[in-house]
Amino acid sequence: MAEKKSLGKEFSKGIIAENPVLRLVLGTCPTLAVSVAVTNAIGMGIAATLVLVCSNVVISALRKVIPSKVRIPAYIVVIASFVTMVQLLVKAFVPALDDALGVYLPLIVVNCIILGRAEAFAGKNPIAASFLDGLGMGIGFTFALIVMASIREILGAGTFLDGISSLTVLFGYTGGFDGFKNILSQPMGILTLAPGGFFVFGVVMALANKLAGKKGKSAAELKGCANCPMAHSCSLIDKDEACKENKKEEPAV
Amino acid sequence: MKALAMIFMTAVLTENFILCKFLGICPFLGVSKKLNTAVGMSLAVIFVMAIATAVTYPINQGLLVKYNLEYLQTIVFILVIAALVQFVEIVLKKFIPSLYQALGIYLPLITTNCAVLGVVLLNVDNGYGFAQSMVNSVGGGAGFMVAMVMFAGVREKLEGCDIPKALKGLPITLIAASLVSVSFQGFTGVVEGIFG
Repeated sequence: MAEKKSLGKEFSKGIIAENPVLRLVLGTCPTLAVSVAVTNAIGMGIAATLVLVCSNVVISALRKVIPSKVRIPAYIVVIASFVTMVQLLVKAFVPALDDALGVYLPLIVVNCIILGRAEAFAGKNPIAASFLDGLGMGIGFTFALIVMASIREILGAGTFLDGISSLTVLFGYTGGFDGFKNILSQPMGILTLAPGGFFVFGVVMALANKLAGKKGKSAAELKGCANCPMAHSCSLIDKDEACKENKKEEPAV
Repeated sequence: MKALAMIFMTAVLTENFILCKFLGICPFLGVSKKLNTAVGMSLAVIFVMAIATAVTYPINQGLLVKYNLEYLQTIVFILVIAALVQFVEIVLKKFIPSLYQALGIYLPLITTNCAVLGVVLLNVDNGYGFAQSMVNSVGGGAGFMVAMVMFAGVREKLEGCDIPKALKGLPITLIAASLVSVSFQGFTGVVEGIFG
């Protein structure tokens, strides 16, 4: 079915209709952790998009060579190699971002968006479609991160795009613009802490569900863990629980 | 000893993996619907975290640091963890079937759990020695368990509530997680107060 879609659709679906964070609920850990500041969100978004596009292309190119039994370890090796490259690039060119992202930069390896797209799309589709799928999903991830980070940074810290010069320098801009400061006189600090992350994510996801619901697509369709590469194992647990409960009930019957 | 106890308590309370560091959110949201699955998953996480640390520490010190290959940490650690989980699964199935029955079903989920890779990388970042790394890993796993069990209780209550349509499912779960997380913010400074 995916092959019938035009290439443009492969690209655009990731941005809103199947937004990996807000609709497919993948990659929640980096979303919550990194969305404290917009600069970090943009940096994380670019890094993850780079890994996603590269790994999608390579996995798609190798899809006929990789035996399906060892495909997950093979995908992980490809993804981990690209993450290592991105890690080295960030360390070399944007050390401030490396400090800000800390352990979450290497953790892109286990970001389920990337493994999820490899498993659900790149392993079955041609290279051009996989490239666009990766790019669209990456931009959708970055978009969701920026939305969350904007809310948290403006309300929680009273700044916007603080420290952006560390990223703009890469593109040759040296105008000295380093973000807006002191937007709020008394920011709500808790939004930059862990509870604020969960809260803003919950509210933004509810809004996305509401908006998508208006367009006629039911939120229930895309909601939940169905798109997670680990969903099969999770559903096994639920089944296992059901079995155990049935067994307990049996002797009583 | 005091330092180790401090690392443990910090990992459980103030630096809780799920509620403060956002590691392992997927199982937190996916497997915390019932109390017994939450406990089973957490035990499996503690188990794998401890073994992963015990295996990756010598590999890191004896191989990567010795030959200046630290940049390979990410790729080596994830492969070691993935292989290790498979290996543990096979060994448990063969030799300790009772433990396999309790934890086996959770093991494949843990390979790509960011908490496991996260704890190994954090141990390296913090420059912990072997004993400190082990304590940090077990503490992190215990903290994972505390958060999972508490949250499973909250979610069981949430099942019967009348929730607006747009908030149903994950959004309300995340907002509930936010409130649980607020309670953990209260532990800030407690560990320093006891041991410091």
